[in-house]
Amino acid sequence: METQIKSKENFNPRIVAFLCNWCTYTGADLAGVARMKSSPSVRVIRTMCSGRVDPTFVLKAFKMGADGVMIGGCHIGDCHYSEGNFKTLRRVEFLKIMLKDFGIDPKRLRLEWISASEGDKYAHVTNEFEKELRELGPLVLQE
Amino acid sequence: MIKLTIDGKQLEVFEDTSILKAAEKAGIWIPTMCHCDYIEPYGVCRLCSVEVVKGKRSRIVTACNYPVREGLTVRTNSERVKWIRKIIMELMLSRWPNVPAVKEMAEQLGISKPRFESKEKDEAEDACILCGMCVNVCNDLVGKGVLGFSKMGIEREVVLPYNERSEECIACGACAYVCPTKHIKVKSLEYERGAIQDWSLASKTAIYVPTMQAVPRVPTIDEASCINKQTGGCKACQTYCEPGAINYDMKDEEIEVEVGQILITTGYQLMDLTKMPQFGYGRLDNVYSSLDFEHMLNSTGPTNGTIQCKDGSVPRAVGIIHCIGSRDENYHKYCSRVCCMYALKFAHLIKDRTTAEVYQFYIDMRAFGKGYEEFYKRLLDEGVNMIRGKVGEVTECRVDGEKPFLKVACEDTLIGKFREIPLDMVILCPAIESNADSSDLKKIFSISQSPDKFFLERHPKLDPMSTMTDGIFIAGCAQGPKDIPDSVAQASGAAAKILSLISVGEVAVDPIKAEIVEERCSGCRICNNLCPYGAISYIDEKKISFINDMLCKGCGTCVAACPSSVITGKGFTDAQIMAEIEGLLAI
Repeated sequence: METQIKSKENFNPRIVAFLCNWCTYTGADLAGVARMKSSPSVRVIRTMCSGRVDPTFVLKAFKMGADGVMIGGCHIGDCHYSEGNFKTLRRVEFLKIMLKDFGIDPKRLRLEWISASEGDKYAHVTNEFEKELRELGPLVLQE
Repeated sequence: MIKLTIDGKQLEVFEDTSILKAAEKAGIWIPTMCHCDYIEPYGVCRLCSVEVVKGKRSRIVTACNYPVREGLTVRTNSERVKWIRKIIMELMLSRWPNVPAVKEMAEQLGISKPRFESKEKDEAEDACILCGMCVNVCNDLVGKGVLGFSKMGIEREVVLPYNERSEECIACGACAYVCPTKHIKVKSLEYERGAIQDWSLASKTAIYVPTMQAVPRVPTIDEASCINKQTGGCKACQTYCEPGAINYDMKDEEIEVEVGQILITTGYQLMDLTKMPQFGYGRLDNVYSSLDFEHMLNSTGPTNGTIQCKDGSVPRAVGIIHCIGSRDENYHKYCSRVCCMYALKFAHLIKDRTTAEVYQFYIDMRAFGKGYEEFYKRLLDEGVNMIRGKVGEVTECRVDGEKPFLKVACEDTLIGKFREIPLDMVILCPAIESNADSSDLKKIFSISQSPDKFFLERHPKLDPMSTMTDGIFIAGCAQGPKDIPDSVAQASGAAAKILSLISVGEVAVDPIKAEIVEERCSGCRICNNLCPYGAISYIDEKKISFINDMLCKGCGTCVAACPSSVITGKGFTDAQIMAEIEGLLAI
C-alpha cells in the first residue's frame, strides 16, 4: 500500500495524443505561440484527420505503456474533411466499451473537440487530463 | 405630329398631348392647382381654362385634359379667359383665405381680395382645397385607391373609407407629398408609441445614391419602401429616367464562376449601439455613432459638413466616448484598434470648425502607428480635454429656460473623482465586430474563426493572410480589426501570394492520399460510404474498391476503417504511426 502511494506521488503520466492536423494540432501550436502552460506529459502524434485514428493505435498505445490517450478533432460540423470527426465519435464510443472489457478505465481515453483558435482550451484540457490520470494512477495491464 | 397655335405661337407636338403640356413646351404659363405629372389630368380646379377657337366659334376648355387637334388655335390670355380665372380664383380665395398655395396663385393672377364672402370659409393655413391630387395619386400612381371623396357640393371632402385607418394603406406618403397645402400628414404609429425613434440625420427617398463617394455611383432602390415593390404601381423614377436605366424586374442572380483562388475581404460591421442603452443612442437627441458623425462631417452630407445639433445650433461642448463595446468583458474583449485615432481626428475637426470644447473619454490612448503619437501630442496642444475613465451613462437634462443638454457621468481615474460633464453632443465609438453572417461564410469556405468570430489565419505571425484551406486567403477587417494602412498591406500581401501561384501556373497537390492494395482488397465496400468526397468507387468487374487520386483529400478515415488493412495513407501509414507510438513511449 505504501509503495503504491509513493509511486503515485512520483508518477508522471504518459499521454499519447492523436491530434488532427487542422484543428487541435494547430490549437496546440497556438497554445505554444501564446505561451500557455500545457501539460508536458502529452506526446503528440499528428494525423490528417481524427478519423484516421485506428482503434488499434489506441490499444497499441496502452499496450506500449501509455497511461492515457487523447484524440483531438475539429468541432462537430467544422471538420476540414466535412465529416471525419463523426466517424471518430462513433469509433470512440465503441472503443470505450471495449476498453472496459480489457480492464482499462474508459476515462483514460479522452475525445476532445478543440478548434484551431482554442489554444486555451487545449492547455486547459491537457492539464485537466494529466490531473485526472494522476488521480487514477499508472495503468497496470493484466496479463 | 399635330400643328397648332397657342397665343399666336406656331408649334408642333405629338398626338394625345394636352394643351397644358403643349403650352409648357412653348414656354407659355397656364395656372393650375390640381395637376401634377404623376397623375392623369383631373380638371377639377378649372384654373387652367383656356379659349379654344375653331373656325368662328370659340369655347372655354380646361387645358390639362383637352387633347390637341390639328389646326387648333388656343388663347390663354384673352379677356374672356382672364375673367373666368379671376372668378375661380376669387371663389377659392374667399373660401380658403389663408392657404399659402392659394394666396400665392392669387397674387400671380393679380388678385388681392375677393369681391365676395364665402359662407364656408376655412381659415386654416393647411385647409384641404379639394384639388383631389391625393385621391388621384393613390389611385393612379400607387394603385391602392385608399383615399376617396365623400358627399357632394359644398360638403365634399377627402376621406378614408369609414373614416378609419385603412388596412390597404402602405404608408408610402405619396398623398402627403403631392398635397399642395400640407393638409395630409403621414403619422407613424410606431413613432408615436415611442417604438421607433426618428434619430437619423436626414431622410431619404426610396431611390437614392448611398453616398457621394459610392463606387459605382449609381442609385439604389430601397425595396422595403419602394411603392412599386409593394403595389406594382408608381414607376415615377422610370418615367423620368431618360436613358431607361431603371428596371424593376431585375433580381438577384446567382452566377457561377470557376476560380482557382479566393480572397475573402468581407470587412466588418459596427456593434449595434442600442445593445448598450445607458449611452442613449437612438433614445436621446444629439447622441451619434462615429459613422453618423462622419456622415455629418462630410461636405456632401446632410448638414453640408457643418457640425450642428439637431436643432441647428452649434454645440458648445462635444464628448467623444471611446471603447463602446470594445475592451469590455460583457461585449467584446478585444480592442477595436481604430477608434482612438479617429476620435482624435474628430476632436481636431471639431476644434477646427467650431469653438466647442471637446472631451475625450478614454480607457487608454492607443496611438500605435507611424506619426500617430505625434498627432496625439498635437491634439493635447490644441486644448482637447482628455478624461481617462469609463463612462457610466449619458442622460438628458432640462433646465427651465434653457435648451436641454446631455450629461455624461464618468469616473476620472487620473484625479480619482466621479465627474458629471454637461455636453451638447456625444459621439460614441462602437466596437468593430465580425459580420453577422461570417459563420455562414466560414462553412462555405471551410475556414475557421477565432473566438472573437474573425476569420482565423494559418499562422498568427508567419502566415497572416492564408487560411487552413488551400487557395483561400483573407485580408482586412475580416481577419481582425485594423486600420486602412494595415488592411492595404495585408490585402497587397494576399494578392501577391495569389499572383505568385497564378504565375507558376501549376499547383502542388499534397502527396497525402489513400491507396488500395488491389490484390488484397476483399471488396467488402465498408470504405465506399465513409468517404465524404465520394473518391472511393467500387469496380464491379474486379470486385474491389478503387480510390480516385484527384478526389481524395487524404483524411485517412477509410484507412482507419479498412478491416483488412489494405488501404494505406501515404505519409501516415499504419506502420509509420505504430512506429511513432513506439518511439514516443520508449522513454
